[in-house]
Amino acid sequence: MNEPILSVRSLDVRFTLRGRLLRAIRQISLDVYKGESLAIVGESGSGKSVFTKTFMGLLDQNGFIAGGEIFYGGADLAKFKTEAQWRAIRGREIAMVMQDPMTSLNPLKSVGAQITEAVALHSRLSSSAAKGAAISLLADVGITQPERRFHQYPHEFSGGMRQRVVIAIAMACRPKILICDEPTTALDVTIQAQILELIKSLKAKYDLTTIYITHDLGVVANVADRIAVMYAGDIVELGTANEVFYDPRHPYTWALLSSLPQLGVKGEELYTIQGTPPSLFAEVHGDAFAPRNPRALKVDFVARPPWFDITPTHRARTWLLDPRAPKVEPPAHIRKLREEGAKLREK
Amino acid sequence: MKNNRETLLSVRDLRVAFGSRRRRFEAVRGVSFDIYRGETFGLVGESGSGKTTIGRAIIRINPVSDGEILFKGERISGKIPRALDHRLTQEIQMIFQDPMASLNERAKVDYIVSEGLLNVHRGLSEAERKKRVEQVLRKVGLLPEFASRFPHEFSGGQRQRIGVARSLIMEPEFVIADEPISALDVSIRAQVLNLLAALQRERGLTYLFIAHDLSVVRFISDRIAVIHLGKIVELAETEALFLHPLHPYTRALLSAIPMPDPVAEKQKVLEVFDPSKMDRSGAPQLWAELEPGHFVLGTERELDDYRRRLF
Repeated sequence: MNEPILSVRSLDVRFTLRGRLLRAIRQISLDVYKGESLAIVGESGSGKSVFTKTFMGLLDQNGFIAGGEIFYGGADLAKFKTEAQWRAIRGREIAMVMQDPMTSLNPLKSVGAQITEAVALHSRLSSSAAKGAAISLLADVGITQPERRFHQYPHEFSGGMRQRVVIAIAMACRPKILICDEPTTALDVTIQAQILELIKSLKAKYDLTTIYITHDLGVVANVADRIAVMYAGDIVELGTANEVFYDPRHPYTWALLSSLPQLGVKGEELYTIQGTPPSLFAEVHGDAFAPRNPRALKVDFVARPPWFDITPTHRARTWLLDPRAPKVEPPAHIRKLREEGAKLREK
Repeated sequence: MKNNRETLLSVRDLRVAFGSRRRRFEAVRGVSFDIYRGETFGLVGESGSGKTTIGRAIIRINPVSDGEILFKGERISGKIPRALDHRLTQEIQMIFQDPMASLNERAKVDYIVSEGLLNVHRGLSEAERKKRVEQVLRKVGLLPEFASRFPHEFSGGQRQRIGVARSLIMEPEFVIADEPISALDVSIRAQVLNLLAALQRERGLTYLFIAHDLSVVRFISDRIAVIHLGKIVELAETEALFLHPLHPYTRALLSAIPMPDPVAEKQKVLEVFDPSKMDRSGAPQLWAELEPGHFVLGTERELDDYRRRLF
């Protein structure tokens, strides 16, 4: 594998909300490798967006990094204080594609002006050169007749086309890392597939590292080399796409995969996860998922599980992997996935 | 083949248009289908295909510009007697897409859930009303004491349950579920789908399930209609549709579904629907049954193509 491009060490992010402290990210360590495609999966509130926002200094006013490091290009982003420091990173090194193309574009400015703005802000091009760059960006993201489209306004674009424009803006300064935060959630399935293809082709063409944030496991299966599963502000399982889908080890990953309607059988109950995620205002004891896990061990309620390595690339944070733990069989759905995975690997 | 089944709802050549004569836009362009009692009928299409408009036309929110809708053999589109309108309010109910936007933020759950009852059962006593609210909340897996709370105190999944409770309290026969789970988290989706299925088993409900996500529709529907630009292009029993999708648009839609399987996903070849490749000779579009219960829209030449694909 390549060398890490971004290294997060014991990151702790907190928010102050009405005088109370919320622990949004609880001690996450993660390496993102150069040229890979990493997907961060989790439910809303798991902290996946907050986690990646820290790489760009985009935390809300009431949020702050309480500890840990984010190493990128020899600097520790967690120590950044001024906007000037961040400006050297945002867009130029790390860029982001937001979820909703309806709200992330300015309706009062032509699409061309918005892309040119992004180009001009970060480079010293003349205005005509910036315009030329913007038009070639539009062509790059698959918009036909870019010269004509350049002068049009966002409302003249369909949802998919708008998302292409948002991607063009993100690509304006040739970033090294592209973070895609639910890039296709607001789009139709056929358009979604095209946008994912586009991001993949840009990744290959410009040697990008991509980080996807999504709750859609179908999208994850399509785009990810590696998957990090997040729950309650922590990564609970990390592995290659095949490892996480065909041989998941954490009970939360089991539950997530089991509840998918795609894998359900018509006429049978779908598996559901009982209860709700823990409140992050209070200190979480033990394994955060234990109260919702029917297979939880006693130790899960007391001590936070350490990482256990399954393969050099696959690790999970669950006591089930401790040599002293009793043998716990995963649910039927997961056993089936494991068998299918084994068959695929033989081929 | 299912001739013994009772037709509950029948949509005949439905057209719905918006705007004035000069800027007229026809969102639904001649749609016909039957829904049988006790089944789940899935209506699938992309945004702008007119699927929601059809649902709203059935429940009389959008006026019908041509064609008719029959419910239990009675016409319910256009001008209808007041008594029938009243009865329909009770018999047909709708569950909306976004649980964050479809509940009155300033009303308590108690009122939200029983508002419909107040209109239909005028003489209901306060005690009886409270009792019914309590029952229906339990039914959808919420606690009766939630009745005194406001919507903002609930999570997305709980809110959608309130939406389901609101329609159930009317004891409807037919429920239109318009993308009821697309705004929900993965783990919560399963809960709402299970709830809908359980209610159908218990009460013999009939659903019109409107969605853009074929994988979810597959799980819940008995039959599926695929709608494109205001026209139904294909209609079949669920498994037949997935086994032999015939219309190029259906095929494109199916190939685009992201499956939670990395090996299959990475090898998959996208089929793209290209309207310019369709038969444009101007030949009439026919609605043909190519295998029992499996209908496709196409010109004579296209239909021959589909037949060849089938055999």
